[in-house]
Amino acid sequence: MSLFNARSAWTIYKHELARALRTALQSIIAPLLSTMLYFVVFGAAMGGRMDSGLAGVSYGAFIVPGLLMLTLLSESTSNGAFGIYMPRFTGAIFELLSAPVGFAETLVGFVGAAATKSLVLAAIILGTARFFVDYSIVHPVFVLGFILLVSASFSLFGFILGIWARSFEQVGMVPALFVMPLTFLGGTFYSIDVLPEPWRSIALVNPMVYLVNGLRWCFYDTADFPVMLSLAMTLGFLALCVLIIARIFATGWRLRS
Amino acid sequence: MQNILEIEGLAKTYDGGFTALRGVDLTIRKGEIFALLGPNGAGKTTLIGAVCGLVQPTGGTIRAFGEDMGRHWRRLRRRIGLVPQELSTDMFDSVINTVNYSRGLFGLGPDPDRVEEILRSLSLWDKRKESLRALSGGMKRRVLIAKALAHDPDLLFLDEPTAGVDVELRRDMWRQISALRERGTTIILTTHYIEEAEEMADRVGIIQAGRIRMVEETREIMARLGRTEAVFTLAQPLEVVPEALDSFPLVLASDRLSLVYRGGDGTGQGKAEVARLTKALIATGVDYTAIDIRESNLEEIFVNLLEHADAEGEAA
Ligand SMILES: Nc1ncnc2c1ncn2[C@@H]1O[C@H](COP(=O)(O)OP(=O)(O)OP(=O)(O)O)[C@@H](O)[C@H]1O
Ligand SMILES: [Mg+2]
Repeated sequence: MSLFNARSAWTIYKHELARALRTALQSIIAPLLSTMLYFVVFGAAMGGRMDSGLAGVSYGAFIVPGLLMLTLLSESTSNGAFGIYMPRFTGAIFELLSAPVGFAETLVGFVGAAATKSLVLAAIILGTARFFVDYSIVHPVFVLGFILLVSASFSLFGFILGIWARSFEQVGMVPALFVMPLTFLGGTFYSIDVLPEPWRSIALVNPMVYLVNGLRWCFYDTADFPVMLSLAMTLGFLALCVLIIARIFATGWRLRS
Repeated sequence: MQNILEIEGLAKTYDGGFTALRGVDLTIRKGEIFALLGPNGAGKTTLIGAVCGLVQPTGGTIRAFGEDMGRHWRRLRRRIGLVPQELSTDMFDSVINTVNYSRGLFGLGPDPDRVEEILRSLSLWDKRKESLRALSGGMKRRVLIAKALAHDPDLLFLDEPTAGVDVELRRDMWRQISALRERGTTIILTTHYIEEAEEMADRVGIIQAGRIRMVEETREIMARLGRTEAVFTLAQPLEVVPEALDSFPLVLASDRLSLVYRGGDGTGQGKAEVARLTKALIATGVDYTAIDIRESNLEEIFVNLLEHADAEGEAA
């Protein structure tokens, strides 16, 4: 007896990507536009007067990893969330529940598609950012790996959110109230070393600080913390999300009545 | 293997504390059409949901194709199809995409010929490129049927397949369902149209308040509980039923102007007896001006049974 229906997972994956294409305006253009506005305002317009604190890195270039992270986290979370919330909302989930698919196929299909969307978005953002700021990447392979890891983790996180949520408001609430502000304050626009105490210590509790720093290290080979710490935290978060989802599937929580 | 589905002691108490199934035992035979009848809230959808993985049972066992559903769900679900009661699916997809999606979801590779065949059989082929939300309710229901058929299930659940479907479409759907049976598919359907069960089902199960009240061959229920009723409108009022007619189950109406026959069974025996009665009436010199004759249907039987069960329940 097979433990994984590859065809089922692939079907979900394709279906989710097709849905994203149908709503390309919302899933690609809108986040791209808002990210570009940041580049224009903070990178191109004000950037000349700001100091990044990193030798050889302009302020405009300094904020690229943070802004990319900001978009990645909120988009991955909401993609992951809506992917599963929509069928729950319309009732179409009956088909998934009655199909020979379990935890693994569902995760690979839904979360894989959400993560793929994030990757595509990241590529587009990085390409477009070139028009506004001059940046370079020291560790391109790590950038790719880190983006993948973060997209997958937060798509998983979003997936949990989409199962937990009982309304559209709740789906939108977490990215808007937590993910976005925490990332914003997580050193996207500054090195947290420039913060006076007690703000610096408070900032250290914010998990996004480590994500932003991790990605910044991949770009410029310098960061406020060792990159291994960022990596370990991301992997830990990923594992936690997988465990929670496995538990949700085992118990049928908010999926089966 | 004769039994395709064996349900034993199936119980479901929802989170809110409501008990929808109270120990259901039900066996479905291979190749039959089984109609599950019962009033609103009886537990039909819950029962189907428990078999199909939408509802987590709180007790009992379900065996499909001879294997335990809880343990071998991955293999068994490939062989089971479900058309839900609610029209719930991604309304922005096109007809053909959504059917292909269903096929893939159940682990089968693309098969354009088979999908075309399914869509044609449900008169959906011309609409294959349309988005679901542009279809009428009856058409949407057909799409849900097409989706459920996309993986060629051996056991198909149809939860009120003809709800909100006009008479013509309904007859058409009956033909589809019969055609599926010809292919060897076992079908379990729920319906509120008793005519539908009478027309199609090999066996009928009656569920009420989470309990199966009765399971029987449709023909047998009709035979056992069916009746013929004939009302003779008399030319002149009668004081009593003539002795010569004592052998017939006759009652004189209170206005003494009509004679009512109630008897026979659901197999036509009653009609034959009414024919004999007409001759006997003439022979005894009882004149009549009209005969109104009709067969009781499953609907009446059903209503009677439920009233009976209610009375029993109250007495207990
Ligand atoms: N998710 C749920 N939570 C709580 N109670 C539920 C839930 N789903 C159904 N019920 C209750 O369980 C009972 C049986 O419902 P079910 O849908 O199985 O009935 P049904 O026989 O299909 O009725 P109908 O003919 O109206 O479709 C009803 O009283 C219903 O209110
Ligand atoms: Mg129902």
